Amino acid sequence: MTLHVLDPSHELAVAGSQRAPRCDSLAGKTVGFISNGKEGTTAYFSHLGRILREEFGVADVRLQVKSNYSAPADRHIMEEVSQWHAVVSGLGD
Amino acid sequence: MALTATIYQADDTFAVQELYHSNGWTDGLPIMPPTAEAVSACLEWAGLPGEQIIGIEPVRERPITAEKLAINAVMAGCLPMHFPVVVAAWTALLEQEYLLHGSSASTGGCAVLLILNGPIRLEIGAESRFNALGSSDRATTVIGRALRLGLINLLDVRPGAIDRSTLGHPGKLTYCLAEDEEDSPWDSVAAIRGVPPEVSAVTVMAAGAPRQLMNEWTTDPKEILETFAAEMRANMRNYSIWPGNYAIVIPKQLREHIRAAGWTKADISEYLYERARIYRREWASVGKTAVVRDRGDTEYSAMDSPEQLLIIAAGGPAGGFGAVIPPWLGHKSHAVTLPIGACVACGPPPIQ
Repeated sequence: MTLHVLDPSHELAVAGSQRAPRCDSLAGKTVGFISNGKEGTTAYFSHLGRILREEFGVADVRLQVKSNYSAPADRHIMEEVSQWHAVVSGLGD
Repeated sequence: MALTATIYQADDTFAVQELYHSNGWTDGLPIMPPTAEAVSACLEWAGLPGEQIIGIEPVRERPITAEKLAINAVMAGCLPMHFPVVVAAWTALLEQEYLLHGSSASTGGCAVLLILNGPIRLEIGAESRFNALGSSDRATTVIGRALRLGLINLLDVRPGAIDRSTLGHPGKLTYCLAEDEEDSPWDSVAAIRGVPPEVSAVTVMAAGAPRQLMNEWTTDPKEILETFAAEMRANMRNYSIWPGNYAIVIPKQLREHIRAAGWTKADISEYLYERARIYRREWASVGKTAVVRDRGDTEYSAMDSPEQLLIIAAGGPAGGFGAVIPPWLGHKSHAVTLPIGACVACGPPPIQ
């Protein structure tokens, strides 16, 4: 007997989003990290920040740490991100 | 009832299983075919139109409709009378303080613990005695499973997708427990959290696996509860030191000793709030010396306040057993209690 059954998935059209314009070069740019605040992030992002400055000529490396590593970034962080040329959203677990 | 989900044809129930498994729409177990008739029956029982938005998952801003919840509930094996519980539980999960996205995506591997209170337990045959924490009855098993299937299909909480759990635990198949209010001397979990006792209610908590304990060798409530406190301290040392909603399950044998001494749930909460504490230096005893640092004398409590403890009267009549159910990483997620179908436009009761 043929059964007619229903789709259990959300079936929602995903809201359109698009990538921010890519940077041609990191030289002279402001690059920020959004850290989840876990133990492993401190040394790792510090090291990456040094590489960005010394090897890629990044002018300013910023660091913002989320108040809750399991929740989205706080509003004030997202407001600051809009001033950056590039962002690295990273986990350190 | 008008339904909007895409309809598929399958030759028989075996073909339905393969269709759903191959699309990643199951938890690995067989499902009941979600036909339009079965789904409509759930919606009609709950008095909900299919397009009703039960809530919006706040991080990914994804609306959850009654129709999709009903489809997943049918798949889990729910009867129409179970569906209002599923709806109330999802409403609670979508409250901001539950932090559904974070808790379901975490490597920490928690599940949704659902506690049932009020008259609906008896109406749907939710058992709270023998084997209370596992396959005790049809109602709690399928309702808990409906939550998991909904997470999988509506929020993509599949292992390796949104669900990044390192281990998870068996409660991620189903983790629903009814309180034994008829044989308990105490107010129910929901009553303590502000829901009138004649109103049915759900409480959801982002929870680790139950840690079972045993103490049959005393009638002193302090000694009995010391075993619970020791289990909580062990969890703080070995898993997470952060305070949050712990739940404990006290079956009848231990409950009777505590009741005979005149202790209420408030007394139990106060005692465990004081006793379930460790110093950071204790991490050194379980191989975590590296994170003690210069804060060894800092004291941590399992809970921010006695009110964070959820005390559940449940379990079979014999045996000096109990269980501690730890929170997922402290207070990042808060337990949420809501009445079932009691109000449409009103907000949740205040948390006591």
